[in-house]
Amino acid sequence: MKRLFQRAAVAAAFALVGFTAAAQTPPNVLIVGQIAEPQSLDPHAVTATNDFRILVNLYDGLVRYKDGTLEVEPALAESWTISDDGKTYTFKLREGVTFHDGSAFDATAVKFNFDRMLKEDHPFHDTGPFPLSFNFASIDAVNVIDDNTVEFQLKEAFAPFLSNLAYPTGLIVSPAAVEEHGQEFGRHPSGTGPFKFAEWQSNQLVAAERNEDYWDGAPALEAVVFRPITDSNTRVAEMLAGGIDVMVEVPPDNLASFKSDANFSVTEQAGPHVWFSILNTKEGPFADKRVRQAANYAVNKETLVNDVLQGTATVAAGPIPPAFNWVESSVEPYPYDPEKAKALLAEAGVENPELTFYVTEGGSGMLNPVVMGAAIQADLQAVGFDVSIESYEWNTFLGRVNAGLEGQADMAEMAWMTNDPDTVPYLTLRTDAQPENGGFNSGYYSNPEVDKLLDQARTSTDQAERGRLYGDVQQIVHDDAPWLFVANWKQNAVTTAAVQGFKLQPSFLLHLKDVSK
Amino acid sequence: MPSYILKRLLSMIPVLFGLSVIVFLVMAMIPGDPAIAILGAYATPENVARINSDLGLDKPLVQQYFIWIGNVLQGDFGRSFALNRPVLDEVLERFRATLVLAGVALVLCSVIGLVAGVVSAVRQFGWVDKVITFVVLAGISVPSFWLGLILILLFAVKWRLLPASGMYAVYGGGDLKDLLLHLILPAFTLAVVAAGVIARLTRAAMLEVLRQDFIRTARAKGLPERSVIYRHAFRAALVSVIPVIGIQAGFVLGGAVYIETVFQWPGVGAMLVKAISTRDILLVQGGVLVVAGSYVFFNLIADVVQTMLDPRIRT
Repeated sequence: MKRLFQRAAVAAAFALVGFTAAAQTPPNVLIVGQIAEPQSLDPHAVTATNDFRILVNLYDGLVRYKDGTLEVEPALAESWTISDDGKTYTFKLREGVTFHDGSAFDATAVKFNFDRMLKEDHPFHDTGPFPLSFNFASIDAVNVIDDNTVEFQLKEAFAPFLSNLAYPTGLIVSPAAVEEHGQEFGRHPSGTGPFKFAEWQSNQLVAAERNEDYWDGAPALEAVVFRPITDSNTRVAEMLAGGIDVMVEVPPDNLASFKSDANFSVTEQAGPHVWFSILNTKEGPFADKRVRQAANYAVNKETLVNDVLQGTATVAAGPIPPAFNWVESSVEPYPYDPEKAKALLAEAGVENPELTFYVTEGGSGMLNPVVMGAAIQADLQAVGFDVSIESYEWNTFLGRVNAGLEGQADMAEMAWMTNDPDTVPYLTLRTDAQPENGGFNSGYYSNPEVDKLLDQARTSTDQAERGRLYGDVQQIVHDDAPWLFVANWKQNAVTTAAVQGFKLQPSFLLHLKDVSK
Repeated sequence: MPSYILKRLLSMIPVLFGLSVIVFLVMAMIPGDPAIAILGAYATPENVARINSDLGLDKPLVQQYFIWIGNVLQGDFGRSFALNRPVLDEVLERFRATLVLAGVALVLCSVIGLVAGVVSAVRQFGWVDKVITFVVLAGISVPSFWLGLILILLFAVKWRLLPASGMYAVYGGGDLKDLLLHLILPAFTLAVVAAGVIARLTRAAMLEVLRQDFIRTARAKGLPERSVIYRHAFRAALVSVIPVIGIQAGFVLGGAVYIETVFQWPGVGAMLVKAISTRDILLVQGGVLVVAGSYVFFNLIADVVQTMLDPRIRT
């Protein structure tokens, strides 16, 4: 005991005297400041963008998003064919690829991955739960044709299928590692990606090393380390102190000072995100389309994105984010026009409609919901609405909003991030997606034409035709105004000036293979 | 004495049992469930039901509790929903970090608090007393997370003397020196408030003791002033200060929540906050039981020390 104390005392004295710069990141190792510790490194078991940022560096999918776009290109699959009815996808797999644990990547491994997620009687289905497996609910069967050919049979034609395969839920894990580690696989991940998992220290770091044998060329960095730093002020301080090389999700307040400092470089990238307020189209003032449009004219979105969000977002025009640049749409956002809003209210015969507005205190993709809520309230009051805000903690909020707004509220904040223009409208704007049918159409919007267009767009395998169909959806929904359209978020990151080749992707994923330092 | 300690240890059992029931009920009563937390925006009733049945949460509440307590009695604290790993692994790993931080902070605040209290009592109304009283009051009043951030900005960002956050350096660390460097700021921040409370109490206790007859006797005997203060008065004052240090141990463990978040210390406090927000009931249970257990344990130690110091309580 005494010796221990002496050693401690000596070490403390030594520490206080003999040292200079505490935080200097080592050469050729990239340290990334993340917003939270990952839940798991099993790509099929997680839902958070925060976790996806790590996973896409450890694993590959059959396909991936082409650099800088949301278009799909080959990855572990070299090529594929789609049957004319859009129900059979046949993938030719890349040969000679091995998982980090040494086992071979082949058609059997692909089948294992999807069966584990989708089949309740699969021996390793209990290594879940797999919350996003419904992305692949359209799969009827996965068939091994030969070692390097795998066939997916879909129950019905489903155009977003390829895009969903490129999403992290479609990343391919090593069956051998799942068999070895069972429920602990999420802490002992093994994939085919550019970096190999090295270690995970709880709430301190996740480290991954260069995969020398990577099929697409070994990465430049020797290793990457992901550090969870939940408090955004601490994350900024750590960046300023030189303890991390990259930080994601910079608070808007700090962005300007990083931009003006030559030691740092700021990267911004618009993504498929939309921030809006659901309007209750079933009852109350918002049952009238003119009142919904009035709300859209009444709110000054420019002020919201420039002042509240300090330029970290752009104004949204409709339900489909502009990041899907292949969607043909020329719809412009509702301009800020309080006079027009008042005129529409008068036309609808409602002078001072009372509204209950659900606001959340935080949550995934919700940006700055409390201040945004207050600003929206103020703008609505200015044209005659009488708005009372009710705010809830995120999980409570979701529980209330997802159940449907009927009998509870007239409007509610919401935000979505997706990988295909199908997802959000299909889940939130279709007649059949109303809460009693298990969807997220909490405002009960219903337009048979939109329903028809969405069904067509999801079964068409012609990308150009889909682009036109979603453009029509954007136009009609914009006019019907079942939401108050507010913002499309731009994700951001700061790196030290020494970091080269760093890019953010519209998919919100973080590929570090080509980064150097 | 051993029978007293045994009795106290046994009395922990109903406390912890009652606590587990309360935590279970509170977690069940707050709206939202783990499935919603896991699914986020994708929480359709259908998906929620699927996840709940995977997690065994579709069973009645009472049944869930008895399954849990039955497993705990066999040493199985279950799996965390959000982290998908055994609760015990996570809690013990985290608790080790909290103990290091809280232990050092407790020693620090006791030493600072006692010295400041004694000095300011001996120099009552002198300028030293006034300065100490002012600093102590400031220490109690400053929000600890704010103080923590200021210290990070000064020592890590401006002067680059100490690391900003974490428990070990990401590279080349891992030894005792590295740990101590990372400990200085969070331990000091955590100690400041508790030290203030101990200092004020020590001052009051010392002033009270110094007015008593046996001190006058000791001085009259011609004992040196040092000996009067440290051997007689301080020892007597300690009897009423020790239980407060026991309570401060609880404060340091609980107060570590903010500090752990600000300094990204991988402790049990930050884990509990996250677990509550994701409705990770088994992880909350495990964490609360460990923290509460150690709180009761620290108080037991304080009581035992107090008994040893004060012969009047010994019987």
